[in-house]
Amino acid sequence: MDLREFSIKSLREELAAGRLKASDVCRTALERMQQLADLNAVLTVMSDSALARADELDLAAQRGDSLPPLAGTMLAVKDVIVIEGTRATGGSRILYNYIPPYTATAVKKLEAAGAIVVGKTNCDEFAMGSSTENSAYGTVKNPWDTARVPGGSSGGSAVVVSAGMTTASLGSDTGGSIRQPAGFCGVVGLKPTYGRVSRYGLMSYGSSLDHIGPFANRVEDAAEILKAIAGHDPCDSTSSRVPVPDYVALLQEELRGLKVGVPREYFGEGLDPEVKTRVEAAINKFEELGAGIIDISLPHTEYAVPVYYLIATAEASSNLARYDGVRYGFRAETGSSLREMYCRTRDEGFGAEVKRRIMLGTYALSAGYYDQYYGKAQKVRSLIDKDFREAFSLCDIIATPVAPTTAFEIGELIDDPLKMYLQDIYTVTVNLAGVPAIVLPCGASTAGLPIGIQLIGPHFEEARLLTAAHNLERVIGFNQRPSAIGKVS
Amino acid sequence: MREKYEVVIGLEVHAQLKTASKIFCSCSTAFGAEPNSHTCPVCLGLPGALPVLNGTAIEMAARAALALNLRINHESIFSRKNYFYPDLPKGYQISQYDRPFSEHGWVEIPTAERNDAGHAKEWRLKKFGITRLHIEEDAGKSLHEGLRESSSKSYVDLNRSGVPLAEIVSEPDFRSSWEAYDYIQYLRRTLLYVDVCDGNMEEGNLRCDANVSIRTRGSERFGTKVELKNLNSFRFVQKALEYEIDRQIAVVEAGDRVVQETRLWNEREARTYSMRSKEEAHDYRYFPEPDLPPIVVAVDQVARVREALPELPEPRRRRFVEEYGLAFDDAAQLVDNRATADFFEETARDSGNPKAAANWILNELARELKSSGTEITESPLKSDNLSEMIRMIDSGAISGKMAKEVLTEMCRSGAPAAEIVKGMGGGQVSDESQIREIAARVVESNPKQLDEYRAGRTALLGFFVGQVIKQSGGRANPRIVNEVVKEILER
Repeated sequence: MDLREFSIKSLREELAAGRLKASDVCRTALERMQQLADLNAVLTVMSDSALARADELDLAAQRGDSLPPLAGTMLAVKDVIVIEGTRATGGSRILYNYIPPYTATAVKKLEAAGAIVVGKTNCDEFAMGSSTENSAYGTVKNPWDTARVPGGSSGGSAVVVSAGMTTASLGSDTGGSIRQPAGFCGVVGLKPTYGRVSRYGLMSYGSSLDHIGPFANRVEDAAEILKAIAGHDPCDSTSSRVPVPDYVALLQEELRGLKVGVPREYFGEGLDPEVKTRVEAAINKFEELGAGIIDISLPHTEYAVPVYYLIATAEASSNLARYDGVRYGFRAETGSSLREMYCRTRDEGFGAEVKRRIMLGTYALSAGYYDQYYGKAQKVRSLIDKDFREAFSLCDIIATPVAPTTAFEIGELIDDPLKMYLQDIYTVTVNLAGVPAIVLPCGASTAGLPIGIQLIGPHFEEARLLTAAHNLERVIGFNQRPSAIGKVS
Repeated sequence: MREKYEVVIGLEVHAQLKTASKIFCSCSTAFGAEPNSHTCPVCLGLPGALPVLNGTAIEMAARAALALNLRINHESIFSRKNYFYPDLPKGYQISQYDRPFSEHGWVEIPTAERNDAGHAKEWRLKKFGITRLHIEEDAGKSLHEGLRESSSKSYVDLNRSGVPLAEIVSEPDFRSSWEAYDYIQYLRRTLLYVDVCDGNMEEGNLRCDANVSIRTRGSERFGTKVELKNLNSFRFVQKALEYEIDRQIAVVEAGDRVVQETRLWNEREARTYSMRSKEEAHDYRYFPEPDLPPIVVAVDQVARVREALPELPEPRRRRFVEEYGLAFDDAAQLVDNRATADFFEETARDSGNPKAAANWILNELARELKSSGTEITESPLKSDNLSEMIRMIDSGAISGKMAKEVLTEMCRSGAPAAEIVKGMGGGQVSDESQIREIAARVVESNPKQLDEYRAGRTALLGFFVGQVIKQSGGRANPRIVNEVVKEILER
């Protein structure tokens, strides 16, 4: 059984018809995770709880109970999202032994909708990175070429879906951490509008930029997951009360008359020619669907990366202060002072990139520098937001590349943080504006690596995005599978 | 020496708002529970947990702000104050910084210097500015003593983490330690009046820090300020300020300069100690809290809260003086506690004798309550009973002396005054013929004293009067006894 062959809908139907058992689907997922352990995508496998839940579902199916919408969906969850009783490291040594006493709202909702969580996925430490090389638990390998990175920071969550270990997964996206790995691994990744999905239970990195969103093998599945996790949460004051539409039902809408904006700033210097060609070809496919294509401008794009790295790191410097060795997690062995305990715990507990970002953010917020850095970044952020509002007065969605390149080699950028940060150039703007964006594969490079296209919509227009992506997916017809890993037996 | 210098003091008061649950989660705020039993992912600062604002805390803050004449900002925001400490679970405190809840307040209150015995010299009214009142969360408590491994470890109790606080920052308007003392007392009283804080400094639900500097009298420039912390009672505030003023004057008189620093009051040694210098001061790296939307308070909400406010202590004190003709001290003592002031007003109205009401409440009743350890709200003696008793005195039905006994009994049993008087054998005897009968008997059976009186020892009048009252079982009206006895003796 190849999990990638089964949509969420088909799993539900097969289970209801008695042609498939949840426990078999679950075992397939567990075996595949074990078989592909070398990819290092999964940090914690949840066999016992997953199989127990699968048995419950099978019993329900046998009794003829009506099955929940995600019955049979095998799910993996990025390790920065907490599940009661299951270790959550956030990819960090500082939480190597941390067992959360509560479950994130998004996971609770998915479980209530019938999904079964089979594992926690590897990621860059506290979601800081674009390659999943910053995990304290080792680098994740790209199933299309195991010498390459899967992207980051949600590399593990992209890989489990791409390699057929799970039906879908949850990632988090602060500057592109769902979309860039989705692009690098040839799967669908969705970053919803800020506030659309509760952040409760997501370890905060940049609170005003953090999002939870799904990875899936098809747009329709992403719509199913979003439908389950979207909505207001009394535990997250930044979650929105805007009503949640039926994303799945709306997928069948036509695109006739849709105006697709192409921002010229996203196709300039630094973009790999092959990526450019593929993305442009995919955009042209919109015309086949009856949509119009127009040139637009997002003039403040060039400031997005520095603005992002000031705001995200400022918030991170504060959000990560709680990891101090006092109440939970790693504490350095030390006898003398409180200060020494703090310093050594954080020095030994955090990795290099996390420390770099904490220092950057601490500096940006320091007395005498605040206005110059954090204050100014917030002003530019509002200009970027304005760019999008103006653009969406001219077009309905925006189409761009996801990243300047295809998946790069492990170790290639790790010593060059500036180059690594430029990986986020097409994705961070979206987080700064809080608008939703979806990534889907639109082809492969001559080296056989997947290339993604990013579609961006106005606030709370996920339905429009999903519908556009679903239609585009159909006409692109991308059906390649990762070649560097074993075939499904 | 003191005359040469002017003292400048500003106060920061932290008041715990008495909400049932914490400010950003639903944990209980009850004091004295098993350590760390009132905690959850939010107030423990666990990874992924997020704050959700408790609306009652905002309402209480609004009541406090309006009672202190502060202007409530239509929109204010939370900010993070970043610093590391074991009892601060998130590594930052959610507070307010550049856009606080309320600003530009003031109080105008009586204040007085005290003599060595602690008695007020001369009360006068003075206006003190209040810069702002903002809302924040409390930290937990570090426990360094008294636990199993206290010699090698510190313990942390996070029950207090997330309890709502109102931080009330004054202008540097205080010119003496007693002004500061009177202000804090007034602040406490006001917070109790509007029912937002328990006001117990010893339990820590009211805490005070002070900024103190001195300057040569007449100078425009402020001196270097020193921050004083650990002022955990009203008296500590005053004593610590007094100590610090003397210390700064001594420094300047010795030709040195006051150093900007934070000092800690040590009550046992009655002195302040340097805690950290300006150079060691924290950079709190304040920035807007991204996890919480702005606090928006609509104009009509402010109006509603304002309308529901009770009369505040100082306006009430003034009214007591004007309306009931009370002395300043009596009025001030009565308004000290809202329940006492309410009790007084009811008694004053029902008895028709406000001055008597004030006297009985401030003296006899206060003594009874103190000795039995009862709050006035719990007193078995209700204001209608006290009113009845005062009316009985005024009508001559009982004497003042009897009334004291009646009051004691009313405080014990809560029975009506008339019933108690009846049980004591009836009220005061003012019937002249009845008294004359007893007086005649007394004079007759003391011929020796009668002779001496008539020989000029008129001081013996008291002896006869006393005997008559004793014979009447203490019930004879002393005024009438006096008249009658005199008449008989001089016949």
